[in-house]
Amino acid sequence: MVAGNVFFLILRRMRAPLILLILIYAVSILGLTLIPGVDEQGRSAPPLSIFHAFYFISYTATTIGFGEIPQAFSNGQRLWVIVCIYLSVVGWSYSILTLLGLVQDSSFQHALTTTRFRWRVRRMGEPFLLICGCGETGSLVGRALDRQGRRFVVLEASKERVEELDLEDFKTDTPALALDARLPENLILAGLQHPRCQGVLALTNSDEANLAIAIAVRLLNPSIQVLARAEQRRTEDNLKSFGTDQVINPFERFADYLALAVHSPVCYQLVERLTGTAGQQLPSPLPLPPRGHWVICGYGRFGQAVARRFDAEGLDYSIIDPRSDLGHDKLQVVGMGTEAEPLRAAGIEGAVGIVVGTENDVTNLSVAMTAQEINPRLFVVMRQNQVANSILFQAFKAHICMVPSRIIAQECLALLATPLLALFLARLQQAGDAWAQPLEQEMQRRFGQEIPEVWNVRLNAQEARALHRTMVMEGSSVFLGDLLKNPSQRENNNNLLPLLLQRDGGAILLPGPETSLQPGDWLLFAGTGSARRDLWLTLFSEKTLTYVRTGRELAGSWLWQQLQGQHKA
Amino acid sequence: MNLEKVIFGFFIVLAATLNFGFFVGDIDNPTHHHVYELFAAIVVNLIATVLKFGDRTQIGAVHLATSLVADLQLIAAGIIWAVAVHVTGEGMTATSVSSVVSLAGGAMLANLVSVTLLVVETAMMRR
Repeated sequence: MVAGNVFFLILRRMRAPLILLILIYAVSILGLTLIPGVDEQGRSAPPLSIFHAFYFISYTATTIGFGEIPQAFSNGQRLWVIVCIYLSVVGWSYSILTLLGLVQDSSFQHALTTTRFRWRVRRMGEPFLLICGCGETGSLVGRALDRQGRRFVVLEASKERVEELDLEDFKTDTPALALDARLPENLILAGLQHPRCQGVLALTNSDEANLAIAIAVRLLNPSIQVLARAEQRRTEDNLKSFGTDQVINPFERFADYLALAVHSPVCYQLVERLTGTAGQQLPSPLPLPPRGHWVICGYGRFGQAVARRFDAEGLDYSIIDPRSDLGHDKLQVVGMGTEAEPLRAAGIEGAVGIVVGTENDVTNLSVAMTAQEINPRLFVVMRQNQVANSILFQAFKAHICMVPSRIIAQECLALLATPLLALFLARLQQAGDAWAQPLEQEMQRRFGQEIPEVWNVRLNAQEARALHRTMVMEGSSVFLGDLLKNPSQRENNNNLLPLLLQRDGGAILLPGPETSLQPGDWLLFAGTGSARRDLWLTLFSEKTLTYVRTGRELAGSWLWQQLQGQHKA
Repeated sequence: MNLEKVIFGFFIVLAATLNFGFFVGDIDNPTHHHVYELFAAIVVNLIATVLKFGDRTQIGAVHLATSLVADLQLIAAGIIWAVAVHVTGEGMTATSVSSVVSLAGGAMLANLVSVTLLVVETAMMRR
């Protein structure tokens, strides 16, 4: 048992002082009942009875000091009372010091925080996610989830990180605990088997830990979603082999984007538009990697992922890496790339671009600056390892900057909030530029350079109450076009673009306004914030829904609705 | 041999024997039941209770429960004694003595359960 019951811990530690106190009381009382007293005339009187002695010791030992027993003590009794007073002071001090020591004890503190954490997790009344590992990536995801008002529980190995999390003012109440998420019992403690736990995000910076977490989740609660981060391809394959829902490898994911940008720039632009942060501006024109000779500096996980895509695209490149035997048939220069010599040897003067991807941010900046000095027209793709270095990278203005933690966080959020988007993007990349061109033009016309909101809606009783009721109870047919109308003026359409309709496992890309809707359909929309709020109104208010469908104003109150219904019948 | 076990066993058995010593005798005869024996029984029972604190096993929980029962009964007996002698001033009449002794008899039953548990626990440990 990790938690260790706080109550039992107190009882066990307090055993010695309590026994000492009982003994002191017993001895003191016994003494008082044996020593003879004295009466007013100075004659010897019988000693105190046990009852009186207990009464006297009770108020003396607790230092209340009534002084209420009427008879003055004999000198013999006084002698014994002196002993009693000092004994009881020792007894109480010992008890209080033990208690204070216990409160400061780290194992006690740990038991206390663990018990509180367990209690808070158990009381979670809303659906929540479990984030394992809250470093850079985890906190990015956490903050974004918090902004969306979603609840989550955090397990993080480092105590300092958890303390920092406590200081961040999240809107929602977020239980966080410093525990090793690799141990299954800790996962259970954090609510893995809680009925409201919806999914687990394994985001630690160790591949082994993420693997262990994903396996534990698959075995202990197979019904929930697992998202795992993997930086080695071996781990990625391993994770996929036992059915992890989503594996996010930031290097492969980024290399895919880079390849997409090379061979279908329009698709790339659409992807950027749909996965970006809503409300921000897309750079215009979007920097697109040119074709030609490239230099890859740093042939680690990142460099290899990019090189594989370049091979597939048929791009020519040379490699700079400190290791000499990479077993690669391309031109290789041994070196760091921070000086001009290796860069020249790799053909930087004739190159169109450079990919700088070592694990050290200072090296990356140094290489990029040297390379740009030699060839100012270079297209620079950089890897930024630490979020803390953002200021430097912003100042350098690379064409594309790859931040692993941001890529993972973005991917996680897209998958959690808009699962249909992943499907849409996959279809988009299959279809290619020719298909994407009209869509991109339409987006450009509607939203300009601004990144729209992208969200999905399920037409069921929870996510679209009014619409669902209209379709199921009344059996009326509703068309997609009805949902696009403005709820205050149905002649106008809102700035809302349906991207995908999923029904019974099949998917329709860009469904038209004439599409008839069915209960249980999943829809993916892109649109402005106000269009999103209007759609919500249409989906939830029967009055609005009736208006956009028929143009008829429905009476607001229940009574009027009944009367209108009667009249119609 | 384990000193902790010796002390533990010692106090549990002592609590039962002292309790028995107070209980034995005619139920309504005050000369057969001395108040010091009751005092000693209460003190030793309290110590035995505290010794049982913090054991989270099933048998430990039952141990603690029996001790708490014995404490409750003995303290109730002590209160009745104090009321009879000091509050109402009627002294140790046959009625008050018999109620004090019968309460102590109940406590003894709890203490016997405690001793039985101790014996069972020891018998189960085959070392």
